[in-house]
Amino acid sequence: MAHFTKANSIYEWLDQRLALTKLWKVLAAEYWIPKNINFLWAMGVVLMTMFTILVISGIFLLMYYKPDTKLAFDSVNYTIMQEVWFGWLWRHMHAVAASVVFLVIYIHMFTAIYYASYKRGRELIWISGMLLFVTFSAEAFSGYMLPWGQMSYWAAQVITNLFGGIPFIGDELVIWIRGNFYVSDPTLTRFFMLHVFLLPLIILMLIGLHFYTLRIPHVNNQDGEDIDFDAEAEKYKAGLKKEAKVIPFWPVFLSKDFFVVSVFMIFYFYLVFYHYDFAMDPINFDPANPMKTPPHIYPEWYFLWSYEVLRGFFFDVGPLSAMDMGLIAFGIANVIFFFLPWFDKNDEVAPAHRRGGFFIWFWLLVFDMIILTIWGKLPPTGFNAYIGYVAAVGFLALFAALPALTARRRGLLMLVIITTLLLFIVGYMVYAETMESGIIVALLFLLFYALFFLSPVVVKRVGGAK
Amino acid sequence: MNRELKILAIIVILVGITYWGIEPYAHSVMHPHHEPATFKYEDLKPLNVKGDAARGKEAIVNNGCTGCHGIEAAGFPAPMDPVTASATYGVNPPDLSNIASVVDRKFLANFIKNPVHAALLEHKFSDSKPYPMPAFYGSDQDLADIVAYLESIAKKDISTREAYEVACMRCHNLKYDNLTVLGEKPKFKNDVERAEFELNLAKYEANLQNYLGTTPPDLSMYIRSRGPEYIRDFVENPQKILHGTAMPRVGLTEAATEKVIKHLEKVGDRKKEKRERLGVWVLLYFVILSVLAYLWKKEIWKEVI
Repeated sequence: MAHFTKANSIYEWLDQRLALTKLWKVLAAEYWIPKNINFLWAMGVVLMTMFTILVISGIFLLMYYKPDTKLAFDSVNYTIMQEVWFGWLWRHMHAVAASVVFLVIYIHMFTAIYYASYKRGRELIWISGMLLFVTFSAEAFSGYMLPWGQMSYWAAQVITNLFGGIPFIGDELVIWIRGNFYVSDPTLTRFFMLHVFLLPLIILMLIGLHFYTLRIPHVNNQDGEDIDFDAEAEKYKAGLKKEAKVIPFWPVFLSKDFFVVSVFMIFYFYLVFYHYDFAMDPINFDPANPMKTPPHIYPEWYFLWSYEVLRGFFFDVGPLSAMDMGLIAFGIANVIFFFLPWFDKNDEVAPAHRRGGFFIWFWLLVFDMIILTIWGKLPPTGFNAYIGYVAAVGFLALFAALPALTARRRGLLMLVIITTLLLFIVGYMVYAETMESGIIVALLFLLFYALFFLSPVVVKRVGGAK
Repeated sequence: MNRELKILAIIVILVGITYWGIEPYAHSVMHPHHEPATFKYEDLKPLNVKGDAARGKEAIVNNGCTGCHGIEAAGFPAPMDPVTASATYGVNPPDLSNIASVVDRKFLANFIKNPVHAALLEHKFSDSKPYPMPAFYGSDQDLADIVAYLESIAKKDISTREAYEVACMRCHNLKYDNLTVLGEKPKFKNDVERAEFELNLAKYEANLQNYLGTTPPDLSMYIRSRGPEYIRDFVENPQKILHGTAMPRVGLTEAATEKVIKHLEKVGDRKKEKRERLGVWVLLYFVILSVLAYLWKKEIWKEVI
């Protein structure tokens, strides 16, 4: 047993038993972050703040919410919004934070892609982050169902129905998920459980994992420089604070984050009080009505890009229906980012503007995802269908091209580009009805998917400039 | 610093484009533009004759209006209770005491003369399926007199709730204001009273559904689900926005429509004023916090750069 002496203060008494001083050093005062960073490095703390707001506002809402199809709508829109003291504030904060948190997640994620913070030892940071993204998506989807408005109901109907596309077990799976043959009271109750218990629990554990994965490889910096953290930390502790390439998490790094969070809160609360329709869709203030389909069904903005990948395939290909083609692409789109470290065949850690072709690739990806997002909301009629097709095929093509691009395999890259352009052309001909979707289209897609799945496996890694 | 602002600018532009695409642009595509309401009812014939209220009262009695309509203000009670009336006519005929407080006078005259035409319900009613209120074959002078009489008894300054009651209540529930199609839900002394009321309500609603072919929606949250502009334009001419709807044009004046909207706002968005007032303080708090946080950051970073 450790030797205990009489403590002279409460802090000392606790320190003897819990090693608070050491803990604080490990977690904050001597947890080292590179100095060469910009405000994008504050997004993690912004996310943590948003998550805290979601948990706290969620706890207050939970005290009055009723997970029953007969009571849910009124418990939200009457009890919480009108009767409970400041209930409206908690609800607006919760709904707007749930939407805005995805904006920050996307910024956080694309920062990591831009600065190549997903490879060379940082793969697990990336993967745990993507797991958080997926869990947050499930959390958002289950939460959107709870007010039991028109879009709650119809989005649940459409999204749960997607699982029916899985071969062999699809139909049974849909019933298992819904707890009934159609979206109804058991569906609401189980998604309530997921939203307030199981998913937040998983999120909390994943946040722990995400922080843990950061400890060994450390946070990346603006130039992708390989920093010797131990040596730099010694410099800092020796008083060479200006020369050291690192800063401690507390107070130096956090002082900047507090500023970024404060500014972000101005933006967030402006939305909460004066501009909330984008997060609290007016149509969801109509109570759920299974007999009345809304003229336009669309998911929340942060799911629009993958929804458009699903909708983009508007014609049958060989034995596969348009819906099957869409589901395959949708399934890939939802997991593809996990595999980014293995689609990128270059070991170089550097910002995109120093990586040549990757820079163009990055901005094409951003551009394509914005197009997918906007066209995901527009009705898929007329020429919109073709734009959606180009953007959806283009999304997959960007990933198919990445191994060849990063390994500088020009021939393979040209093959991917040509196949993609041919798919754009035949897609247009099918759209314009100058051509039937026949064997040629099917073979082109076969080639396209072969390139997509084989390149990350076959193409060899290349070492980048150190 | 320069680079940070550049990054911020890029993010703001990209988020701005995305926002524009999924909100203003997408919604303009999904909800095609329609002309805003004017409340002029220009398709209807103007009433050019000056009416006399005393003769109007006689005309109302002589033409049998009170056979179906009550006029409480003039001592004519409703001839039937609402449930029986709805079983007979489909919907309870309105009490006429305050009808002129909310309905445009030109519209009122035209409605009395030819209800189906004024209400824009030609697609629902015909000779084989007649509208419950018959057309009026009297002279323009008679019409002017009746309108003058209705105007003389109508309250000049009705509350927003009264405007809602006269204009909307016989078809729409408003449960967050405790209003049903039968009127305000009373306090029940016991379960028998409650059950009786609910039975009457169910009967009325069934009759209404039979008459209209659909159940008119509860309007409690309409201020949030549709917004004031939509309600305004819709009330002035439902067919323009929802072609083929069973809802009649009800001919409200602009002022009465504003009162109805105000009432729906009181019911569905009761905290609006509080929200808008509190917002300023919260924003101010974070502006001050940002300044302090910036100064603190500068102070801390002085040592390291």
